[in-house]
Amino acid sequence: MLEIKDLNVHFGVIHALKGISLSVQDGEIVTLIGANGAGKTTTLRTISGLKKPTSGSILLDGKDITHTTPRDRVKMGMSQVPEGRRVFPEMTVLENLELGAYLRRDRAGIAQDLKMVYERFPRLADRKRQAAGTLSGGEQQMLAMGRALMSRPKILFLDEPSMGLAPLLVQEIFDIIKDINQGGTTILLVEQNASMALQIANRAYVMETGSIVLSGTGEELSNSDDIKKAYLGG
Amino acid sequence: MEQFLQQVVNGLSLGSIYALIALGYTMVYGIIKLINFAHCDVYMIGAYVGYACMTFLHLGFVASLCISMLVCMVLGVIIEKVAYKPLRNAARIAVLITAIGVSYLLEYGMMYFVKANVRTYPEKTGILAMTFQLGNINISMLQILIVAITVVLMIALQLIVKKTRIGKAMRATSQDQDAAELMGINVNTTISFTFALGSALAGAAGVLVGIYYNSIDPLMGFLPGLKAFVAAVFGGIGIIPGAMIGGYFIGIVETFVSGYGGSMYKDAIVFAILILVLIIKPSGLLGKSTREKV
Ligand SMILES: Nc1ncnc2c1ncn2[C@@H]1O[C@H](COP(=O)(O)OP(=O)(O)O)[C@@H](O)[C@H]1O
Ligand SMILES: [Mg+2]
Repeated sequence: MLEIKDLNVHFGVIHALKGISLSVQDGEIVTLIGANGAGKTTTLRTISGLKKPTSGSILLDGKDITHTTPRDRVKMGMSQVPEGRRVFPEMTVLENLELGAYLRRDRAGIAQDLKMVYERFPRLADRKRQAAGTLSGGEQQMLAMGRALMSRPKILFLDEPSMGLAPLLVQEIFDIIKDINQGGTTILLVEQNASMALQIANRAYVMETGSIVLSGTGEELSNSDDIKKAYLGG
Repeated sequence: MEQFLQQVVNGLSLGSIYALIALGYTMVYGIIKLINFAHCDVYMIGAYVGYACMTFLHLGFVASLCISMLVCMVLGVIIEKVAYKPLRNAARIAVLITAIGVSYLLEYGMMYFVKANVRTYPEKTGILAMTFQLGNINISMLQILIVAITVVLMIALQLIVKKTRIGKAMRATSQDQDAAELMGINVNTTISFTFALGSALAGAAGVLVGIYYNSIDPLMGFLPGLKAFVAAVFGGIGIIPGAMIGGYFIGIVETFVSGYGGSMYKDAIVFAILILVLIIKPSGLLGKSTREKV
């Protein structure tokens, strides 16, 4: 479904992504793990079109989308839950969710998806009219995920959804991600919480200072000694 | 008491003008964090367009008002596209200096074309010239019109911002531009639209001032622009209701100070208020004192 070839990204003189390549097949959960500053967020921002690469290409279903706008990519079925949630703080929960469906015109479908999001995240339904900025961290994460689902994506990108959440909530979020995937949405999950991510992922890539240094199935990497040492605490 | 009420009436008319201009400052600041110094000159151009419509084309008040708003709308969008958009990723100070440059360009460009002398709007006739007497308070039809038109425009603005798709895009973009892009919002269109709205309101203010005070010149935007900016900061820059409240507050304070014999000090007092507000509540009357948790 998604293929990235030899992607290079610079911030001025900083070479943030050094020719990375990765692919995500239809229906997979793929995770991208790595330490802080490795370039995971930059990878997702480039995939969504917020950051322009210096060279390399991004293909969606075989079509080169490297030079399209973020808007075009949403239309093509890509949706992102950005790092730090980035909900619209002064808008209500409902308005945030409606903005997720900004490019859609099918009212009936939107209403249906709204119901689906509220079923998946009942706490959002209780807080429909509340300003998003007043939600707790976990609720904001759920809102950011619900908002991303409102565009009815083929492929969903999540950037550290577990960041700053209590362990119980992290488990809940990962269960939901698995569930979304079982509903037919392909997922690329960026995480620092490697052990949790590897548990639910079909395949994984490991990033270090702008390069992909390892890849394999979730199981292979969970059992790899290097990974255990570097990311799983022994 | 009558003196007091008379000042309130006068203050509401002046406040309407400040509020209309302040809205443009605040909306543009809200969306691209730029203090658009050229905004007060869009207001000046609006006054000239109204003047031309009435004097040369002999159009009525409503037609002139609409044409002026339309011309300013286009002008605002052009200014953004030509002067600010290329600097979208440049340092804040570069854009600010560009804005000052655009302001001078408009002022002295206008001076070249229409000369520096003061011009007067045509004589008011018909209902525009009517005045009413309530006890000892004078209310002119024009004052009523100014307040009424301002209120109608503000309600329209609120409806656009709160209810329409593009209004939601405006609010989303002003709160988080990257997140807005991830929703598929076209940020460039949204910014253009914001300039269009703000400039149309400034155009309306220009025509209203032209008829009310009956004298316009190419540098007429400077002081009202500055005061409208004070009004926007007073209310909390970037916050639409703040600009409305700020505009009326500054307008009323100013008329009261002049009405009670302090007209020499009225500008000084307006700026003293600004300084006071900035010391006590830097984010303005309706401003949030802290950012939301991330
Ligand atoms: N806006 C930016 N300007 C300059 N450097 C940046 C910017 N964003 C990220 N970087 C740099 O790019 C590298 C990768 O960052 P990032 O993608 O955020 O890593 P991760 O998400 O893996 O923690 C880091 O060295 C970071 O300092
Ligand atoms: Mg990151």
